[in-house]
Amino acid sequence: MTSLRLIVRNAGRHKLRTALTMLGLAIAVLAFAILRTVVGAWYAGVEASQQNRLVTRNAVSLAFSLPLAYRDRIAQAPGVTGVSYGNWFGGVYLDEKHFFAQFAVDAPTWFRIFSEYHVPPDQMEAFSRERNAAVVGEKLAARYGWRLGDTVRLRGTFYPGDWDFVIRGLYTTTLKSADNTQFFFHWEALDQFVRRTLPDTAGQVGFYTFTIDRSREPADVSRAVDALFANSLAETLTETEREFQMGFVSMTEAILMAIQVISILIVGLILIVLANTMAMAARERVTEYAVLKTLGFSPGRIARLIMGESLLIAAAGGAVGVIAVFPIVRAFGAAVGSFFPVFELSLLTVAVAVGLALSSAIAAAAVPAWTVARTTIADGLRRVG
Amino acid sequence: MAIPIQYSLRNLWTRRLTTAMTAAGLALVVFVFAAVLMLAHGLERTLVTTGEPDNVLVVRRSATSEVQSFLAREQTRTIATSQEISTGVDGAPLAGAETVAIINLPKRGTGRPSNVQIRGASPHAMTLRPQVKLVEGRMWRPGSSEVVVGRAVASRFQGAGLGETMRFALREWTVVGIFDAGGSAFDSEIWVDADQMMQAFRRTVFSSVLLRLRDPAEFDALKARLEADPRLTVDVRRETAYYGAQSEVMANFIRVLGLMVTVIFSLGAVIGAMITMYAAVANRTTEIGTMRALGFPRRAIWTAFVVEALALSAAGWLLGILAASGLQVVSISAMNFATFTEIAFRFILSPAIALQSLIFALVMGLFGGVLPAVRASRLGIVQALRMP
Repeated sequence: MTSLRLIVRNAGRHKLRTALTMLGLAIAVLAFAILRTVVGAWYAGVEASQQNRLVTRNAVSLAFSLPLAYRDRIAQAPGVTGVSYGNWFGGVYLDEKHFFAQFAVDAPTWFRIFSEYHVPPDQMEAFSRERNAAVVGEKLAARYGWRLGDTVRLRGTFYPGDWDFVIRGLYTTTLKSADNTQFFFHWEALDQFVRRTLPDTAGQVGFYTFTIDRSREPADVSRAVDALFANSLAETLTETEREFQMGFVSMTEAILMAIQVISILIVGLILIVLANTMAMAARERVTEYAVLKTLGFSPGRIARLIMGESLLIAAAGGAVGVIAVFPIVRAFGAAVGSFFPVFELSLLTVAVAVGLALSSAIAAAAVPAWTVARTTIADGLRRVG
Repeated sequence: MAIPIQYSLRNLWTRRLTTAMTAAGLALVVFVFAAVLMLAHGLERTLVTTGEPDNVLVVRRSATSEVQSFLAREQTRTIATSQEISTGVDGAPLAGAETVAIINLPKRGTGRPSNVQIRGASPHAMTLRPQVKLVEGRMWRPGSSEVVVGRAVASRFQGAGLGETMRFALREWTVVGIFDAGGSAFDSEIWVDADQMMQAFRRTVFSSVLLRLRDPAEFDALKARLEADPRLTVDVRRETAYYGAQSEVMANFIRVLGLMVTVIFSLGAVIGAMITMYAAVANRTTEIGTMRALGFPRRAIWTAFVVEALALSAAGWLLGILAASGLQVVSISAMNFATFTEIAFRFILSPAIALQSLIFALVMGLFGGVLPAVRASRLGIVQALRMP
C-alpha cells in the first residue's frame, strides 16, 4: 500500500517530465495503431473473401480475357452452384487521384454470388431495367455526395470515351471487411460498346467467379475447371477468392514490409523516451535510494518502486493514446479513403499497442532498477549528484 | 556578450547517456523520414531515366499505360511515316510499333506469381533505347520462341535465368539473353520479337509506336498533326513525360502515407528532446544563476540552450542519415499501381533529401529546445543561486 503511494508520489515529482513522457507514449501508441490498421486494410480483400467462392481468370494474366462461352461450361462442372462474371473497367472519375474500383458485371447473378452485398429489392429492380444504370457502395456514394438518380461520368481508359451512368442502387455490406466503395454496372453496356468499336474482341469476359457446394474441396473444383480449358487458346487459372486476393497483397509486399519495419522502429522510440525518463529519475535519486535502503527497504523493493513508476507512466500514456486512437483512425481513414476502401481499427491492434507500451515500461526500468539495487548504501550516499 | 558554443557542446558530452538516447530517438525519425523520401525518389528516378528526351511515344487516346492501348497496323504505319522522324544508319526511319502485355510468372524463393510486363519489341528497340545493353547471351533469332530479359527479371522470376525456359501463351520460351537497362523500368521487362509475340497471343493490334525525333523542337508540330489526324485517335507524348506520369500515383502514395506517419512519429522525438532539455535546465539551475550573476544577459542563456538542442538534433540527423544511406544497397520490387506490373527500384539518397531531413531534424530540435530555453532564461538570479 505504502509502495503504491510512493510510486504515485515519485511519478508526480516532475509533473512536466511525467506529462511529456506520457504524451510521447500516447503518440507512439497512436502511430503504432494507425500503421497496424494500414496493414490490416491491405489484407481487407483477403479477409472478406470466402472459401467457397472461386475466381477463374486467363492463365497468362489478368490483363487477358476469356470467352463468354466458358460460362456454361464452368456452370456444368461438378460442385458449381452459381456462376457470375465481370470486367475491370478502370475508368477515371474527375481525375486519376479519385480512384475507386469499377466493374462491368452480369447483374442478375453477381449479387447472388456476392451475397454479402445488399441492394434493396426496389433499387435492384430499377437497376436491372436500365442499361446504363449503376449500383454503387454507400460509402462511395457518401464520399462524392451521389444520390439515387444522379448521373456520373467516367472517362474510359481501356474503353475510350465518356461513359455516363445513372445511379439506381446503393449497396450495403454485412461484413465489416467487405469493400463498399465499388461501382458496378451492366456487362451488356460494355459489350455493346466493344461490339461497336472493336468487334473482334466482343463477348470477352475479364474473369469468372463462382460458388461451389461447401462439401466440395475447392482445390479439386479448380483443377476440374482448369482441365476443361487446358490446351485451348485461353487457358484458365482458377483459385479460391482468398488466393486470388493474396496475389494482389503479395505483389505489394515490399511496401507492407516497410510499414512493418516502421512499426518496429516506433516501439524502439517508445522504449527510448521511457528509458531516458527512468534513467534521469534514477540518477537524480541515487542518494535518496541509499537513504531508503538505510531505512530497511530491500533492494528488490526499490527495484519494484522504479518498475512500478515506469509502468504507471506507461499505463497512463497508453490510456491517453487509446482514447485518442478511435477518432484519429477514423479521420485518417477518411483521408486515405481512395487508397483503402476498408479502414477499420481492430481491438486486437489496440490491445497489442497497449501491451507493447507496458512491456517497454518493464524494459526501460530494468537497467536503472538493477543499477540502483546493486549500488551499496555507502556508494549511494557518497555520490554527488 | 555570448556564451561560447563549447559550453553547450560540452554539456551534451557530460550527460552522454541521455544525449545518446535522445539523439537516437531523433535519429529514428530522421531515418524514417529520409527512407520514405528516398523510396519515392528512387521510384521516380527509375521511371524518369527510362525515357529518352527526344523519343516520342504514341498510344491510343486516354490510355494511361501502353497495356491499355491498341493501335491497328495501318495506324502504326501512318505514324511511322511522319516526316519528323529521324533516320537510322540504314536509312530507315527510327520508329517501331510494339505490343505490350502483362504475364504472370512465379517469383524465385516464394513461388508466388507476380505480374511482369512483356514487350513485343520492334527491330529498332535497342537503337531507340541506348541505355539498354545486352550483357549476357545474345539477341533472339527472328522467328524463334526466344526471349531476352531485363536484369531485375532474371534474378527475381523462376525460369527467367539465362538458358532457362518459361511457359506462356501455349509455348515454351527460352531465355537467350539478359540485358541491362541502367536501372530504368526496362530492367523489369521481358522482350520478345514483336511478330512472335503477336502470333503467340493471337493479337492483331499493336500497343504503341516509339519514334526518335529528327529535331526535338519538332515535337509540337508532330503532336498537333497526329492528334488532329482523323484516321488516328492517339495521344502523343514525350517518352520522359510518359514514364514520369507512371511514377506519380505510386510515389504520391508513398509520400502521403510515409509523411503522415513521420509527422506523428516526430512528435514523439520532439517530446524526447524536450524532456532532455528540461532536465538539462533543472540540473544546472545554480550554474545558470552564476552565469547571470557574472553578467551574461538572458538572451545569451536562451541561445546557449537552443544551441544545445540544435546540436543534439544535428547529432541525431547524422546518425539517422548515415543509417538511411546504408539503405541504398537495398533494391526492392513492388507492383506499380499505374501499370499493374512489378517494377524493381532502389532507395536513392539525393542531396536535396539530405538537406530536407537536416532541416526537419533541426526543426524538431528547435521545437524540443525552445520552451526549456525560455524557462532557463527566465530564472531569476537570486532564486537560481539559492536552489540547493
